[in-house]
Amino acid sequence: MKAIADRRHHRMAPVVLLVMALLITGAVYAALTPTSAGATVATQTDIDTGGALFQANCATCHGTGARGGDVGPSLIGVGAAAVDFQVSTGRMPMQASGPQAAAKPPVLDAEQTRQLAAYVASLAPGPSIPTADQVDPAKGDPATGMALFRTNCAMCHGATGKGGALTEGKSAPSLGDATPTQIYEAMATGPASMPVFNDANLTPEEKRDVIALLDGQKAGSPGGADLGGVGPVSEGLWAWVVGMGLLIGCAVWIGAKSS
Amino acid sequence: MSTNDSEVVRHADGNGAVGEQLPDRFDNPGLPPHRPRLTDTDPAAARRATRQVVALFTISILGTIGFVVAYALVPDGNTIASIRLSNLLLGLGLFLAMFGIGAAAIHWAKTLMSDREVAEDRHPQRSSPQDREAAVAVLREGAADSGIARRGVLKGAVVSALVLAPLTIAVPLIGEVGGHWRVSTLRHTLWERGKRLTRDPSGTPIKAEDVTVGSVFHVIPDGLREGENADHWIEEKAKAVVLMVRLDHADLREAEDRKDWSYEGIVAYSKICTHVGCPVALYEQQTHHLLCPCHQSTFDIADGARVIFGPANRPLPQLPIAVDDEGYLVAQSDFTEPIGPSYWERLK
Repeated sequence: MKAIADRRHHRMAPVVLLVMALLITGAVYAALTPTSAGATVATQTDIDTGGALFQANCATCHGTGARGGDVGPSLIGVGAAAVDFQVSTGRMPMQASGPQAAAKPPVLDAEQTRQLAAYVASLAPGPSIPTADQVDPAKGDPATGMALFRTNCAMCHGATGKGGALTEGKSAPSLGDATPTQIYEAMATGPASMPVFNDANLTPEEKRDVIALLDGQKAGSPGGADLGGVGPVSEGLWAWVVGMGLLIGCAVWIGAKSS
Repeated sequence: MSTNDSEVVRHADGNGAVGEQLPDRFDNPGLPPHRPRLTDTDPAAARRATRQVVALFTISILGTIGFVVAYALVPDGNTIASIRLSNLLLGLGLFLAMFGIGAAAIHWAKTLMSDREVAEDRHPQRSSPQDREAAVAVLREGAADSGIARRGVLKGAVVSALVLAPLTIAVPLIGEVGGHWRVSTLRHTLWERGKRLTRDPSGTPIKAEDVTVGSVFHVIPDGLREGENADHWIEEKAKAVVLMVRLDHADLREAEDRKDWSYEGIVAYSKICTHVGCPVALYEQQTHHLLCPCHQSTFDIADGARVIFGPANRPLPQLPIAVDDEGYLVAQSDFTEPIGPSYWERLK
């Protein structure tokens, strides 16, 4: 300690102190700032790389500069959340035109998706990718989520979230494979036929409740096999064809004479 | 043709008899000759059948043991996976225990027990003359003893009591039915001038600025579960539910007399289908089509909820809306027509 005290009037002492203060401030800031996957700051490099990816994969339909074209809508203001949802579920880039973009294995990897999202988000403000905290199922209330799901989601996605048919070849997809982030992004951006559920309609906490409910369904049905969970069609098929068939088979066996 | 010919012959016969006269009674043809089973003739087959029956009973025993073991060793626990495993094992054990006994008993009876045919003639249903006379005598004696023929008041009393007693069932039954005949309740909903539109299910009011283009709000009236509705709010909700969206002015087509029913492109329509009353809520925000999940009636929300497909016969009733001084959306009035499906008195 004496050595430090001796040098406190040294010419370089203020510089050393300043550097130390900056380092400590930075370390404390880094420790206190909430970290999350979605909150990684996009650098100019990301935006440039994303722009190049956009020109290569998206500009054919959405136009150079994402201002929209004859076949694709403008992407100005759709936000990073829409890009992340469409690309991470494989819906975009679209493989073939049809009633709606089909989900498929994603074409771009996670890093490219992040860069592409950074580019589109740089064009105009829009819904951003949710933080890990916003989509943590453990922090949501599945009971509230069920009430919200029944009112807002079940009519299209089905009471069990297994999806259902819409008009003219469109359909609401099953939610079984969707990640919490994708569910949040779909609610925030309203992809394809789905309406938008903005934060005034379903607050971020309520969105997390819905995610908690859907996450709970992944453990499966406690009663046994759910027969697809799509409602009376598959269950009725089993009951009438397999169940009644077995009963009739037993009745015939009981009534038949032994050879 | 041959059938027709024989019909003609039969009718020409006059009394319905065909050709030769039918006998009064057919002779009893008796049982078909007894055919011995394999297990009756072949001792090896009988032994095999015995083993099969024993095996089926053994399956039942193992099922029972498995059930008890699963009950003791596999608790249902707290996770869905553990409950499912427990249910699966208990169910399998129960199935094997019961099915094993049943299948073994039937296989035993079919292969090893005697299958000699035994006929038991049906006895005549008519009682013997003595029994019939005795019964009639007892009834006559009872009637004479009761004096019902002599005492007219008594006869009237017993008949009245027996006729009136079913009213204890009929009156409440018909009275309950009458409760639902109040058709005026079908004509009105909870909506009234100045009633706020609130979110379903939280009941929080909605500001006009919250309703962005492309979003959809499922709406219930403010104070749905309060006051005099507290005990029948669910019936009131079933009539009053509303779906609300904001449309781009370029997309929205409005009738002249309904221009002031919307607010800045925000329109609100009853969610009850005009076909048979299912909740219509499948809203496709790109096409502005609202689809009923029951019978695929499709309504165009951008064009007065016009029916564009399906069995519905009328557009969904529109709720006229406005904004109060605090910026919250409110109803201008109740629906101007009865919501939901048709009923006899709808247009009266």
